[in-house]
Amino acid sequence: MSDVITNILVCGTGGQGVMTAAEILSQAAIARGLDCKKSEVAGMAQRGGVVTSHVRFGKRVWSPVITPGTADILVAFEVAEGSRWADMLRPGGVAMVNTIRLVPPVVSAGLFKYPDDPVAQMRAAGVTVYDFDAGAIARELGDLRLINTIMLGAIADYLPFPAGELEEQIVGRFREKKPAMVEVNQKAFAAGRDAAESAKTKTSAA
Amino acid sequence: MTAAVQAKPQSRLLLSGNDAIARGVWEAGARVAAAYPGTPSTEILESLSLYPDLYAEWSVNEKVAMEVAIGGSMSGARSFCAMKHVGLNVASDAFMTVTVAGVIGGLVIAVADDVGMSSSQNEQDSRFWGRFAHVPVLEPADSQEAYEMAKYAFELSEAYNTPVILRLTTRVCHVKAVVQVGEKVAHAIGGFKSDARRWVMTPANAKGLLPAQIAREGKLQALAEASPLNFLDDGKDKRVGFVTSGPAFMHVRESFPDAPVLKLGFTYPVPLALVEKLAGQVEHLVVVEETEPLMERELKAAGLQKIHGKDLLPRLGELTPNVLIPAIKTFLGEPVPPATTYPKFDPFPRPPTMCAACPHMGVYYSLARMRKNVQISGDIGCYTLGAGHPWNALDSTISMGASMGIALGMDKARSEETKDKAVVAVIGDSTFLHMGMQGLLDIVYNRGNVTVLILDNRTTGMTGGQNHAGTGKGLKGDDTPRVDFTKLVEALGVNPERIKKIDPYQLPVVFKTIKQETAIPEVSVIITDRPCVLSEFYSKIEPYKVVDEDCTGCGNCINVGCPAITVKRSESKVRPDGKVNELKFTTIDTAMCTGCNMCVESCGPKAIVKAKPAVAAE
Repeated sequence: MSDVITNILVCGTGGQGVMTAAEILSQAAIARGLDCKKSEVAGMAQRGGVVTSHVRFGKRVWSPVITPGTADILVAFEVAEGSRWADMLRPGGVAMVNTIRLVPPVVSAGLFKYPDDPVAQMRAAGVTVYDFDAGAIARELGDLRLINTIMLGAIADYLPFPAGELEEQIVGRFREKKPAMVEVNQKAFAAGRDAAESAKTKTSAA
Repeated sequence: MTAAVQAKPQSRLLLSGNDAIARGVWEAGARVAAAYPGTPSTEILESLSLYPDLYAEWSVNEKVAMEVAIGGSMSGARSFCAMKHVGLNVASDAFMTVTVAGVIGGLVIAVADDVGMSSSQNEQDSRFWGRFAHVPVLEPADSQEAYEMAKYAFELSEAYNTPVILRLTTRVCHVKAVVQVGEKVAHAIGGFKSDARRWVMTPANAKGLLPAQIAREGKLQALAEASPLNFLDDGKDKRVGFVTSGPAFMHVRESFPDAPVLKLGFTYPVPLALVEKLAGQVEHLVVVEETEPLMERELKAAGLQKIHGKDLLPRLGELTPNVLIPAIKTFLGEPVPPATTYPKFDPFPRPPTMCAACPHMGVYYSLARMRKNVQISGDIGCYTLGAGHPWNALDSTISMGASMGIALGMDKARSEETKDKAVVAVIGDSTFLHMGMQGLLDIVYNRGNVTVLILDNRTTGMTGGQNHAGTGKGLKGDDTPRVDFTKLVEALGVNPERIKKIDPYQLPVVFKTIKQETAIPEVSVIITDRPCVLSEFYSKIEPYKVVDEDCTGCGNCINVGCPAITVKRSESKVRPDGKVNELKFTTIDTAMCTGCNMCVESCGPKAIVKAKPAVAAE
């Protein structure tokens, strides 16, 4: 086991399942015997505000927060939130972005403008972004709440352990309480992996 | 949370500091635990409520929580209370005296500081209370330490006959880290033994106990010097040594892996000899503490040389690596690496907002309509969001329960310009029971002309929906008597004719009632009665939609502030008189809409109608 720390920033808006995704990632890391710290910035998040969770794992983790410019992976459940936290990435880090646009009342009322294309903005700044519509995939699978599992699937191949270990953490939660949800979550996880792969191919080709 | 309750000894769990503390308190054999919810401390009691063999309650405020724990300790039970930083201000009266009387069963007080202010009205350093009250302060840096120190705090409390402060910060409470748990030790309740000289704090009795308090502080000083909670983590780079505690230690260790660090867990009394030892090995000493320069001043006052701290580091907020590294490198004259490679985007603010169908929106919608003629004194809770967009309907928020006293002050200090303005105080149900009642009594007693709005949503909303004396449920969800706000307010002396109970979803009624009561020059109380949409008392009904052909773009529904309503198209229309009207055509997210009806009542052209049976996706 090397001394390298993996830093993952999960972001989105209140109610999207950011906390749960971060929890699952952390559980997968400690199941591996790694040290892990997960910082929640929940506060008033339940009221539709910004939510982030810092997940850090490795042989020994000291600080519970990711230093700006050192995140290996940014997982954004909402596209503008992805751009908000893009500066947390290290050079060469990857932003995995759900293209859903959640417009807050202050924007809706015309006080602020929602950026036309946050992904293009990030790319223009040199960030490696893989983007896809996780909402559409979730709807196709029959439940918008699956966005969570899809996004975890999307980063599964960028982790320092096999994707199957992350999948097991997700599916394991349902196996006891809601066995009916196991299969659809497996599908969502696989769909997330595929979506990330084609997003990568599309980006590299462009 | 559940995992920690069921976990076998020696198992390795991913626990938040709050859940780890609960496990430690339970393992220590505590029998009484009390708190009032407050971020970031809330989950400690929620977690404790799941353990067997332990009495756990939501108290009406922190002072009462402290008193319950004191009563438990007097009776020989290990007792615990938890609160956020501002909560200890409330509890301080009882606290400052029990520190003189001492304990029988161990008495541990967990105080959580909101360093970085995620959801508080101030950023205060609770370590001052240790000095003020002459009690030891323990400061864990992560979940494992929080768990261990919670257990040890009970031993320390009993061995030295003193309450113990377990000082926490957000980065302990809300960080999940790996914890190896242990075994519960049984701790019987000894029972209360009458001893008036000990427990009746008349001046004569208290005077007799004060010398013991001073003597105790001396012994604690010696203990801190020898405590394994304080240790020197050696390093090769002797240019700067660090003295630090709490999560700041983690940030230091991460930022400067080669520097010697004195890691303090037993932080009051300050172990001076240990610091001197480190000072002898390094060129400079930097005290890294969140938030006030408390230790720094004590070390300087003790005559220690080469001490730095807030001359290099910020006085406010967290001392994370991105703050520490540039500050120390600059001090050492080293080049500072650029903070980030990618630019910072700040697309738009996304402030917290009220939930779709929140019953508070109707009240603020109405207050916003009469804004010019009212002064509005607010309080702590979800309804503080009424200060934000689109209502802008709060003039003050100071501290919990303060809305009424402040409103009375505003009423009594009217100027020529404000003499005709109505003074309105807005407070929530939990907050009213916490500290608001006395304020209302004062308004009645001193003949204030204030209209009080008690927004009863049957929960403690902002902290996540905890029960209180007005919900009819206890911490464990058990049935309890539910306070009757109308009767309570009447008992405080409000004229029964001036007490109105209304449905906040009926906008015309809300508007009319506030208008009518503010016009009457005496105290009125308007109680709104609709549960929080996130509470178990709330039931959703069929959602609404906007009929495009009927929508005139007036934007009234937007002013209700419901996040389920969004503008889908804007249009500028030039009127015959040359003025420009900004039209906003809206749409309703049927997945979010709960059918509360408020937007329907705000809509002139009747363009909002029941949607057909809702589907999960829009």
